[in-house]
Amino acid sequence: MRNNIKVLINGIIKENPIFVLLLGMCPTLATTSSALNGMSMGLATLFVLTCSNIAISLLKNLIPDMVRIPAFIVIIATFVTIVQMLMNAYLPSLADTLGIFIPLIVVNCIVLGRAESFASKNNVIPSLFDGLGIGIGFTLALTILGSLREFLGTGKIFSMTVYPENYGSLIFVLAPGAFIVLGYLIAIFNKLQKKTK
Amino acid sequence: MFLSLFTICFVVAVLLAQVNKITAKPIAEAKAKKLENAIREVVPPFDNNPVAEAYKIPDGAGDSLTVYPAKKGDELVGFAITGYSNNAFGGTIQIIVGFDTNNRIVNYSVLSHAETPGLGAKVVQWFKDTSNPNRCIIGRDLSKEKLSVSKDGGNIDAITASTITSRAFLEAVNKAYAAYTNTIAGDATSGATTGDEDAASGATTENDEDIASDTTINENTKTTGGENHAQ
Repeated sequence: MRNNIKVLINGIIKENPIFVLLLGMCPTLATTSSALNGMSMGLATLFVLTCSNIAISLLKNLIPDMVRIPAFIVIIATFVTIVQMLMNAYLPSLADTLGIFIPLIVVNCIVLGRAESFASKNNVIPSLFDGLGIGIGFTLALTILGSLREFLGTGKIFSMTVYPENYGSLIFVLAPGAFIVLGYLIAIFNKLQKKTK
Repeated sequence: MFLSLFTICFVVAVLLAQVNKITAKPIAEAKAKKLENAIREVVPPFDNNPVAEAYKIPDGAGDSLTVYPAKKGDELVGFAITGYSNNAFGGTIQIIVGFDTNNRIVNYSVLSHAETPGLGAKVVQWFKDTSNPNRCIIGRDLSKEKLSVSKDGGNIDAITASTITSRAFLEAVNKAYAAYTNTIAGDATSGATTGDEDAASGATTENDEDIASDTTINENTKTTGGENHAQ
């Protein structure tokens, strides 16, 4: 159990997909224009990542090495399609906002990366925790990035007004702001990690 | 090797078919509800089923627009028309506009758009602001005026720094209205057109004043507008 907790923490801090591994940058930069969008994107990825990690670690002995990548992609795509269908059915407004980025989880390199480097070499339980850890790390990073951009750009966090919108600088909601905020966040994260060492 | 990949694909296909079966109905319901809410928002209160009575009209550019008539009892109280423009900043923008039987805009709703958040995406609310008559399109009589942004010498203040989006939006509104008047006005609303005329003649004087005050304000916005057209 202690080992599993370690795997979980590892995903959130030491191998945080955004701040340390720098994987999955496309959805990270594109969907974090508000805190809610960032968090929903993170949660959708968390679900896909956990499910695909479980499925792949269960099937790892049945999948021949030569076709493992197509097999992984098929499994990941299945879970993404399920998420998309469920979202369209029960959260249509959220599905509208996230749009194309939900299907694009399929090609998110974090998901395939964890399948290849962790789930295909470990058992179900550690894989489950790895999926959860990396997924939570991804969600946290996207939520922080989304909140900061929304706060600096429009003066709101989760659509709750903190200061009047006119004082916000719009650049943070647009694409350049994503790069700027992400850069500073990575710098701060590295600084903090160095201190703890 | 082939067998295992085939098995995986087969299992996955069955699984997806099942999920699709479960979610197909809620998805269809959610879509229908979204459309119905949009219609309810843009036309006067009605008690018929506009979706069931919807019909398509040509838009003059090879495509078609959908008209949803709203009736109370047997009387036509308004109609909601879809409109679109391919000239928005993020590609296509789709809207639904509601008119009453006097050609006045009751309200509008943006069905889908891909505009920049914080700039063009403001289109969802911008033109509804009744406290700001220069940008509000609600209540405007389209048989009297054609909508265009003040930068083009028109009567509507564009969204700050999003003139392209505003232009596309107004184009969509005009397109919906034009398609409607071109095809329908003759037959379906013949009863309503007569009632129309007295309302229209009463409104003319008001409108003239509106236009006069608009032009003065337009000049102001033009001078300040110079620094704003980032888009």
